[in-house]
Amino acid sequence: MPRRIPRIQKAAGFRFSPVYLLYAVMTILALLWLSPVVWSLVASLRPLNDPFYSGHIWFGKSLAVESYLKAFRLAPFGRYYVNTVMQVVLILGVQLVFSSLAAFAFARYRFRGDRVLFMLILTQMMIPTSALLVPNFQTIRWLGIYNTILAIAIPFWGSAFGTFLLRQAFLAVPSDLGDAAEIDGCSWYQMLFYMYLPSAMPSVTAFAISSISWHWNDFLWPLIVTQSDKVRPITAGLVRFTQLGEIGAQWALLSAATMIVTLPLLLMFLKFQKRFIEGYLHSGIK
Amino acid sequence: MNRRNPLLPYLLITPTLLFVAMFTIFPLLSSIITSFYKQRLNIPKFREPVWDGLGNYRELLSDEVFRQVISNTGIYVLILVPLCVAAAFLLALMLHAGGGEGSTAVLNRRSRNLRRVGKRMNGFYRTAFFYPTVIPMVSAATIWMFFFTPDYGLFNRFLLFLGYRGAQNWAGNPDLALAAVLITAFWKSAGYYMIFYLAGLQNLPKQVFEAAVIDGAGPLRLLVSITIPLLKRTTLFVTTIAFIGTFQSVDHVFVLTGGGPSDRSSLLLYHLWQVRFDQLNVGEASAITVILVLLLLFFTVSNFIFNERGER
Repeated sequence: MPRRIPRIQKAAGFRFSPVYLLYAVMTILALLWLSPVVWSLVASLRPLNDPFYSGHIWFGKSLAVESYLKAFRLAPFGRYYVNTVMQVVLILGVQLVFSSLAAFAFARYRFRGDRVLFMLILTQMMIPTSALLVPNFQTIRWLGIYNTILAIAIPFWGSAFGTFLLRQAFLAVPSDLGDAAEIDGCSWYQMLFYMYLPSAMPSVTAFAISSISWHWNDFLWPLIVTQSDKVRPITAGLVRFTQLGEIGAQWALLSAATMIVTLPLLLMFLKFQKRFIEGYLHSGIK
Repeated sequence: MNRRNPLLPYLLITPTLLFVAMFTIFPLLSSIITSFYKQRLNIPKFREPVWDGLGNYRELLSDEVFRQVISNTGIYVLILVPLCVAAAFLLALMLHAGGGEGSTAVLNRRSRNLRRVGKRMNGFYRTAFFYPTVIPMVSAATIWMFFFTPDYGLFNRFLLFLGYRGAQNWAGNPDLALAAVLITAFWKSAGYYMIFYLAGLQNLPKQVFEAAVIDGAGPLRLLVSITIPLLKRTTLFVTTIAFIGTFQSVDHVFVLTGGGPSDRSSLLLYHLWQVRFDQLNVGEASAITVILVLLLLFFTVSNFIFNERGER
């Protein structure tokens, strides 16, 4: 391989290759990018009675977990977690069922008005739901489900993005195969379950990851449709925590609360990085 | 048994269609209608909607605060989007050059170990730039609120080190608040757009570059004449999702500045929230919704047209 392109080889022969300069620049940038979270993480481990204006801005006199304990005492972060998980599951579960049904119909069958109906669903990809929070709030009120987890989840049950993504994957299944299965007496749901869905697993995973991280991080909509800690997710919980009167500028405490909210998903990401990035690459279509 | 029910496909799409209709299509139409009515929940006379024609829009146009918000949003979007796209491209380019063809050519000759180190470094860089994407915007904002602290905040320490001697209260200074909001969003989202460029760079045809190198093209020439033109579609795509994402995401405004001081860092979606849930002005909020939707549609539709033209 190197033999074929002599010019590159020659350029590569330099003792001090520009690649090393590149690495130096990248390392500095990467450290800058990491510094806010690393600093916040270190700060969260500082003892509460050791303020930042006195002494070193990185480390205090010792490391301590008291900020975490106090944060958990001041706000029900455990409850917020359960709420967020319930919210995410309630959204993704329903999305997967509804989207695969619709995607199956659009991929497998021709029917009167199918193109128009598909386009109608796709309008959702052009107008993000967050722009429509005023009228949607009214709908939530009208449905009588204000201040429930259902209220947070319900606007996302019909997912144009999920339908679109799964339909693309389903189209890869040859229709002759489906016809043969139909002649053998296979019902539509057996076909969907045993033929279409298994072949679309990569798209399902990508969609699941983008849906989970989107709704795990969502703040504005849950803020609007909830008002009590019973149903509030971690994002809204964190913002409320920052506004608690007794907290002020206690950065160790605030940082601990932020880390409680941030770390789970961040650790998941570090563990399954490839999957995450793939999921996000797909989510761009949105 | 093998004759299927002609209604089956309709039944299958009903759930999705129902919820899309309920939470995208219906609210779209209803906000257009309510934007023509005067309705203010905190004024007894206007608790019930009253026909007002274009009154809400007329009020918005003459409203000082709304003008401020539009100007903030304009500045914010027009700086943040190009900044993010450019940074995403440069970061991806550096990552690609570091782990791709360039370095392997060098490192191949040195040793296999070095090459392995290079690969690992690349993974580290990618993680370092991408990880803000997966943390909630409100967490990012809390972290930056701390980072921006006057005096001992690491951000100000760093600027001091670079020779900056200006104001330090980023979130509280009227002239800096919008910048604080912008910097946080930039840090959070540049890595997200980077992965699209990384994917684009990986899919570029290698033969074209090899041929150009044999013809004597230098690195700059390769970049300007081959890489950038071949990535045109990626750029268009990234620009569009960056525009939509920028309009949509205002969570950090809640934490960092609350739109202040005196509305100098308020963005359109944040202002919409304020008008509806602080001022309880339903009519005006509906008019703002209509304006926001029109702006978003303008960007998606123009991207679609650009894309179609590129196809031919």
